Amino acid sequence: MNPVNYLYLSALLFTIGAAGVLVRRNAIVLFMCVELMLNASNLALVTFSRLHGNLDGQIIAFFTMVVAAAEVVVGLAIIVSIFRTRHSASVDDSNLMKL
Amino acid sequence: MNSLIPLLVAAPLAGAALLLLGGRLFDRFGHWLATALAALSFGFGLALFSDMLGRPAEDRAVTEQLYTWIPVNGFQADIAFQLDQLSITFVLLITGVGTLIHLYSVGYMAHDERRRRFFAYLNLFLAAMLLLVLADNYLLLYFGWEGVGLASYLLIGFWQHKPSAATAAKKAFIVNRVGDMGLSIAIMLMFAEFGSFAFGPVLGTEGGAAGAASQASEGKLTAIGLMLLLAACGKSAQVPLQSWLGDAMEGPTPVSALIHAATMVTAGVYLIVRSGPVFNLAPDAQTAVVVVGAVTLLFGAIVGCAKDDIKKALAGSTMSQIGYMILAAGLGPIGYAFAIMHLVTHGFFKAGLFLGAGSVMHGMNDEVNMRHYGGLRKYMPITFVTFGLGYLAIIGFPGLSGFFSKDKIIDAAFAKGGTEGWILGLCTLLGAAITAFYMTRVMILTFFGEKRWQPDADGHDPHPHESPKTMTTPMILLAFGSVFAGGLFVLNNSFVNWLEPVTGHEEGNSPLSPLTVSVLATVCMLIGVAVSYLMYGRSGVPVVPPVGSPLTRAARRDLLQDDFNHAVLVRPGSALTAALVFFDSRGLDGFVNGLAATIGGISSRLRRIQNGYVRSYALSMFGGTLVLVAMTLLMRSV
Repeated sequence: MNPVNYLYLSALLFTIGAAGVLVRRNAIVLFMCVELMLNASNLALVTFSRLHGNLDGQIIAFFTMVVAAAEVVVGLAIIVSIFRTRHSASVDDSNLMKL
Repeated sequence: MNSLIPLLVAAPLAGAALLLLGGRLFDRFGHWLATALAALSFGFGLALFSDMLGRPAEDRAVTEQLYTWIPVNGFQADIAFQLDQLSITFVLLITGVGTLIHLYSVGYMAHDERRRRFFAYLNLFLAAMLLLVLADNYLLLYFGWEGVGLASYLLIGFWQHKPSAATAAKKAFIVNRVGDMGLSIAIMLMFAEFGSFAFGPVLGTEGGAAGAASQASEGKLTAIGLMLLLAACGKSAQVPLQSWLGDAMEGPTPVSALIHAATMVTAGVYLIVRSGPVFNLAPDAQTAVVVVGAVTLLFGAIVGCAKDDIKKALAGSTMSQIGYMILAAGLGPIGYAFAIMHLVTHGFFKAGLFLGAGSVMHGMNDEVNMRHYGGLRKYMPITFVTFGLGYLAIIGFPGLSGFFSKDKIIDAAFAKGGTEGWILGLCTLLGAAITAFYMTRVMILTFFGEKRWQPDADGHDPHPHESPKTMTTPMILLAFGSVFAGGLFVLNNSFVNWLEPVTGHEEGNSPLSPLTVSVLATVCMLIGVAVSYLMYGRSGVPVVPPVGSPLTRAARRDLLQDDFNHAVLVRPGSALTAALVFFDSRGLDGFVNGLAATIGGISSRLRRIQNGYVRSYALSMFGGTLVLVAMTLLMRSV
């Protein structure tokens, strides 16, 4: 199978994720969309690694996974605590930090 | 003996410090302490004078260095005193008349609750004036010069609760500032040109080395001379800086007598005579001095004719008499000694006249309008006699002081030679006639004729009475000076010989013989007296002044000096300030504020981007990323 197809898939997933971040309001869904974008880029990295025949892309993909895991921990904690205080998971409600 | 010189200044200075810092402690006897210290200073002056008389003429001048005031490489200002024949003449005049006026003030200010402060200021004035005449360099002289200006300001505005006095003090101070600027520029020019501003190096020492001034170019000396003249104009109330003197009469009368008649206002004459070596080599500057003197001499005399306020009439007269001195000083070596001689005799008779005026005011509930006096000779005999002697002295009645000193100046004016000499001579003769006119007017209005007294604000009639002894004694002593000083000075030419080593002296060749001049001056004087008698003596004097001719009306307003200053200096000055303020607030501030407002406006528009929605932030991040990627691709393809 042509490895370039994986890149198409990666672009598709990234676009879905990005569109989700821009249009959805629920913080959890937003979060999932971010994860989707991260994994899309992981897929692209691994594909490039394969295309070029070296391991750089794969190593960076590992890094991304570690960072994503840490981000999930922190992000979910924040979302939960916001939900507890404001009884809402909508990101549009958390708009106090504007001028 | 020389160590006494600093004590001359120190005694009154200590008096001022004690009285000002001592507080209420000195309220009861402070005035006597101040008088005693002034007398002590006079004593020191006499001791130094007799010591100086004991030395031959060529080493009479002594200097006494106290310490170096500002030691900087190449710039050295010393606190050093120079006592020569010129300075000791001033010292004796200042401390002598000063002591008498202190004594007079004890009586005059007896009921003033701020008497202690008044005496402190008087002592401060004495110290500053002595510093002025004893300094051996121009910078120290400048220090004294500013000191007397300060004392004058404080004393003119002594009754500061009166708005007119406060304004007059400010006016005197500000007008003097203009003159002081001239002196400071002159000192800077001297330092730049000669590298020094001490009398010795600049002017040369008596009988010794010539000063740097003798080698300087005429243009530079003219510049220095004109700046010194500006200084003299300010301090001595000469045209065009004359406007402050009339208003300065708001001060207590002893102040007018001491500061604004006998001593401080003559500092300009001292400055010019002291700087003689500069003026001698700068004929243009000398011409300017003579013109200023001649103009002021007539200006002051005309103003003096129209004033109904006795002190202002005398102030006009002071201006005019100092005009005589300045004119004589501008004549060069033929006039220096006579300028100082007239200065000393004027110090006696004008101080006496002012004290007499003060005595009259004292007896008349502080009334100053001569049209409300009349017939006072019966009520104040001592004041009448002493004032009368001062009057005879100032108009130049033969045999009295003013006759000799004024004659000499008229003589010297003619001796200037050429057309110039004739013009100056005729100006001085005309001045003598006008002097006789206005002084006779003052005399008749005050002491002769019928009573024209007005009840005061409370409806009480004034009860004119003779003043206490503390006031009459100084008047009597000054009257002696007015009568005899002039005769003593011309006896054997003693005064001229005395000053000659310092100021130099030349006999001019006058086209008229001294006798002719004397006769002419006396005739002019008699004409003035006669005209005045015809105008005021024969018929009664109206209490309400008649409208008068345009000249009289102008003279009542000091020949429109204030209107002139207002139109020429104040208005354009205010307009300039207004324009600058406008430029500052609209131009500079407008630019800065406009810049800030523009940035603020842009910022507040940009602020709208921060709407608090995560989505829009994410969108801008995407947008940014897209732009970055696009740029990267674009750059690579290029």
